[in-house]
Amino acid sequence: MLSLSINGKTRNVDAAPDTPLLWVLRDSLHLTGTKFGCGIAQCGACTVHLDGQPVRSCSTPVSAAAGKKVTTIEGIGTTRVGKAVQAAWILHDVPQCGYCQSGQIMSASALLANNHAPSDADIDAAMSGNICRCGTYNQIRAAIKDASAGVKGA
Amino acid sequence: MRARPMNTSRREFLKTSAMAGGGLIIGFTLPGAARLAQGAGKEARISAYLRIASNNEITVVCGLSEMGQGVHTAIPMLVAEELDADWSRVRVEQAGVDQAFANPIFGMQATGGSTSVRGHWEPMRKAGAAARAMLIAAAAETWKADAADCRTEKGVVIHKSGKKLSYGQLAEKAAKLTPPKDVKLKDPSQFTLLGKSGTRRLDSAAKSTGMAKFGLDVYLPGMLTAVIAYPPVPGGKAASVNDAKAKAVPGVRQVLQIPSGVAVLADGYWAAKLGRDALEIQWDHGANASLSSEGISKMLSAGAAAGGAVGRNEGDAKTAAPAKKIEAEYEAPYLSHSCMEPLNCTAWVRKDEVEIWAGTQSQGPAQGILAQVAGVAPGKVKVNTMYLGGGFGRRFAPDPVIGATVLSKISGKPVKLVYSREDDTRGTFYRPASVTRMTGGLDAAGRATLFAASVASPSIMEGSHFMKLPPDGVDEFGVEGVRDCPYDIPNLRVEYSRQEPGGIQVWFWRSVGHSQNSFFLESFIDELAHEAGKDPFEFRRSLLGKQPRSRGALELAAEKAGWGKPLPAGIHRGIAVVFSFGSWCAQVAEVSVGADGTPKVHRVVAAVDCGMTVNPDIVKRQIESAIVYGLTAALYGKITFKDGRVEQSNFHDYRMLRMSEMPKVEVHIVPSKEAPGGIGEPGTPPIAPAVANAIFAATGKRIRKLPILG
Repeated sequence: MLSLSINGKTRNVDAAPDTPLLWVLRDSLHLTGTKFGCGIAQCGACTVHLDGQPVRSCSTPVSAAAGKKVTTIEGIGTTRVGKAVQAAWILHDVPQCGYCQSGQIMSASALLANNHAPSDADIDAAMSGNICRCGTYNQIRAAIKDASAGVKGA
Repeated sequence: MRARPMNTSRREFLKTSAMAGGGLIIGFTLPGAARLAQGAGKEARISAYLRIASNNEITVVCGLSEMGQGVHTAIPMLVAEELDADWSRVRVEQAGVDQAFANPIFGMQATGGSTSVRGHWEPMRKAGAAARAMLIAAAAETWKADAADCRTEKGVVIHKSGKKLSYGQLAEKAAKLTPPKDVKLKDPSQFTLLGKSGTRRLDSAAKSTGMAKFGLDVYLPGMLTAVIAYPPVPGGKAASVNDAKAKAVPGVRQVLQIPSGVAVLADGYWAAKLGRDALEIQWDHGANASLSSEGISKMLSAGAAAGGAVGRNEGDAKTAAPAKKIEAEYEAPYLSHSCMEPLNCTAWVRKDEVEIWAGTQSQGPAQGILAQVAGVAPGKVKVNTMYLGGGFGRRFAPDPVIGATVLSKISGKPVKLVYSREDDTRGTFYRPASVTRMTGGLDAAGRATLFAASVASPSIMEGSHFMKLPPDGVDEFGVEGVRDCPYDIPNLRVEYSRQEPGGIQVWFWRSVGHSQNSFFLESFIDELAHEAGKDPFEFRRSLLGKQPRSRGALELAAEKAGWGKPLPAGIHRGIAVVFSFGSWCAQVAEVSVGADGTPKVHRVVAAVDCGMTVNPDIVKRQIESAIVYGLTAALYGKITFKDGRVEQSNFHDYRMLRMSEMPKVEVHIVPSKEAPGGIGEPGTPPIAPAVANAIFAATGKRIRKLPILG
């Protein structure tokens, strides 16, 4: 039995230590906002935060999350930055199919938590690990800039 | 230990299900939480398409699948416009399968071919207008007044005396009235929602908070997760299976041999995947073990050189003797759709009924297919359509729903069948490869007098299993985009040669035949313009005298892009215009080419004439989306075969456009009072030729084979 801290709550799960965190979140805890896209850390759909740092949960063993604070899309809205990012996403109608957007929002929130005024190059660097097949990249960029204004102003 | 041998009835059943999978293509309510129900209020069902609650909340029931294209916003807007609803109180709910929701263009409940707005523009407005008439009648009856003295505004019926009743107050009474047979629709000049900017999507909040439920997000009590070991060579089958190690993996419950491969059923995906990794399978590779991309290219090239069935023939292309003549062979590869959400379906076969949960584009046909697969009446098949994590045509195919249903029926459990990304990439159902040989001619004044194209490709019509090649032998998807060449050229001939490399299932891919044929035609027209010594925009324009809407889109794109005006050093332009799915789209791409030959697309300016729009903001986003989809394929996309195996597997070797490569995109809509055209697909075809033509402008090198970075 592993004890995890997820979105501020302690969750006990019965999983082998090398099980990817993604499948514990989804299949054991039914936290379905975190998505499966590629399984090899190539698309970013499964991005969550470990102690505030973005990681690809499909390639992170659950044992690596023990003793750390796991934040998922279901919890990011309780942080100031996450709330601003989600509000900007909604304001800009960023999602199309929406499948990649949890991961995009988690990557964007991590970027803005560390950098309140990201340049285009900063956005490229932080966001190019997240694939969007609907091609919402320009709206993501606009929403990040909008959210950064909110984060700075707060 | 070996996989259990099958008993006779199971074998019979599998024969039927295999046939359903390969031989014929014959209806939940989850997306709907998007704008959350504001709770409370008794609801009255006005028609199959809408309910009104006593708290004034209006629920529009949508039979079409939401895969990003915005149909769950567009359909409610059509209803709300004629209903004079208060948009802030409108929500959407996904319908189950019902003939009331048959797509008028397909005659069955399905979403694809950029048909949703075209097919529902009038029926959904009529549904709104009928409901409005019923609400007015209910108010008039309440007031004992004349309906003609009542008007409506933002969810309220208002009598000329100033009395008011809200739709919520009237709904129960209105629901008991007989719907009017004929209703008068608004003149477009009266629209307050349709065609106006600023109406927001109804699903943004759910999709920005992780709450939106996709097919993969379904969990049922007692459910097993299945992955299938598929034959590495298309058409192969398992000759022998040793599943001892697989069954020893903790969480693995069953190993089942089915026609499509060997399935491992487990508690959760990870155990299923580990179980599959542990299978020891001897494959019989079958007839396609030597399939190679080189062989396929040769086969297609020979087919294009030989010619085939005549799809269009004007003037006399065979004997035309132009002053100048050019010939070229173009090629496009197989492509995977690669939706962000890997394919999946959850099925639960109970005693005499089937229920599935799937992000599907074809819930209507799925109902009939699964009735056959499970041996139940079609009315006993319930389809719960979830949000689709991308569709692009791939989710029209029934393989995941059939697979999950077969596995639930055999195992007796609810089963979620999941394709890994590798399964998804290698699972065929590809956009067909094509080779096209083109001949063009110019007269002494440099005017085009000859265009002939000979297309060789696999047939989607035959591959679909629900269509057949027509008597003339020309696959409409094989030639669309060249057969409908819009240019006024007196000698014009298009031929089609069906070529079928073994075992590769071909399928509809965003914009279908236009995706490759528009690249062929619009690149070759550029070649002709260059040969004639003319500007590529002016050359096209001069040949579009009889095609005012093509010319209009072309001119608007050129104007907005500043065609002919100087560009920063190193940046060059290319242009293309394509008619597809009822809409005209022209694009100008601005491209630079690095010292190593790598192109960078800086900006794309698009103009689209799609007639009247429902939601112009979504129209622009769809064109941008379609550009990214087409650009990704143009730059990187290719599925290749070696020794019968697909060489690509995941995003590291089947590359996607990323944020750092994203061009600026501007979309301009041609103002129009014409009937609506399609919008999900028409933005894809022009981008490959626009970029390839810009690369030619930059380097003098003509791109005749995709992908550009091939």
